[in-house]
Amino acid sequence: MFRNVLGKTFRFLGYTVQYGCIAHCAFEYLGGIVVCSGPSMEPTIQNSDIVFSENLSRHLYCIRKGDIVIVKSPNDPKSNICKRVIGLEGDKVCTSNPSDFLKSHSYVPKGHVWLEGDNLRNSTDSRCYGPVPYGLIRGRICFKIWPLNDFGFLRASPNGHRFLDD
Amino acid sequence: TKGVLCQNSVESPRNPEQKIIKRVIALEGDIIKTIGYKKKYVKIPHGHIWVEGDHHGHSFDSNAFGPVSLGLLHARATHILWPPQRWQKLQSMLPPERKPLQREQE
Repeated sequence: MFRNVLGKTFRFLGYTVQYGCIAHCAFEYLGGIVVCSGPSMEPTIQNSDIVFSENLSRHLYCIRKGDIVIVKSPNDPKSNICKRVIGLEGDKVCTSNPSDFLKSHSYVPKGHVWLEGDNLRNSTDSRCYGPVPYGLIRGRICFKIWPLNDFGFLRASPNGHRFLDD
Repeated sequence: TKGVLCQNSVESPRNPEQKIIKRVIALEGDIIKTIGYKKKYVKIPHGHIWVEGDHHGHSFDSNAFGPVSLGLLHARATHILWPPQRWQKLQSMLPPERKPLQREQE
């Protein structure tokens, strides 16, 4: 009787460990569901929207200009931020705000990306803390799940003028 | 963790495909004197660390690319396993000449 319970317990633990490993690999290498908060990506992503993010692009190094990415905050490793990639390494970016009279530009250093929120007036992003190392990128947001009236692929940036062509 | 100075494996800020291994010299809030960096004195920003190789002058470290975001920290190196004649526990120690000028009070 006791041996039966012990056997069942070990089998249960075995399944839990297997499930845990698969879940960890899935979240780390494939993707997961993310709840976004904050106004910095409006109107593309609103507060409390639920999106799906995939992690393959980051591991395969095919994040592109215009992608919306989830990034570990450069100033607080425990929190994540959600912004759009405006420039990759080597790209020319406008470091001044749209409201500034004098425009300033610089080039994104090697191994870094330039991030900006879609809601330029209410977003702390690379204009504030500078280019962000590529290694901090966690995943790429590809799909919105909630709210249902906005279900589907995410729109392109409303700030096309921030993307400087080569 | 504050107060623990050790060797850490870090994703290189210049090349995300590469991991580099350096010693943690300073934590956020500390002010240190740099060796060959663009600024002579640096206050480590919030959420960052300052790493240096033990062999100064021959090391591609924070003196080249500046403070490193904690999010890039991958792991702590604790032992050398190979080759067998180099088997050892890696000591967590701060070289006295690299002590920060001012440590952030808790």
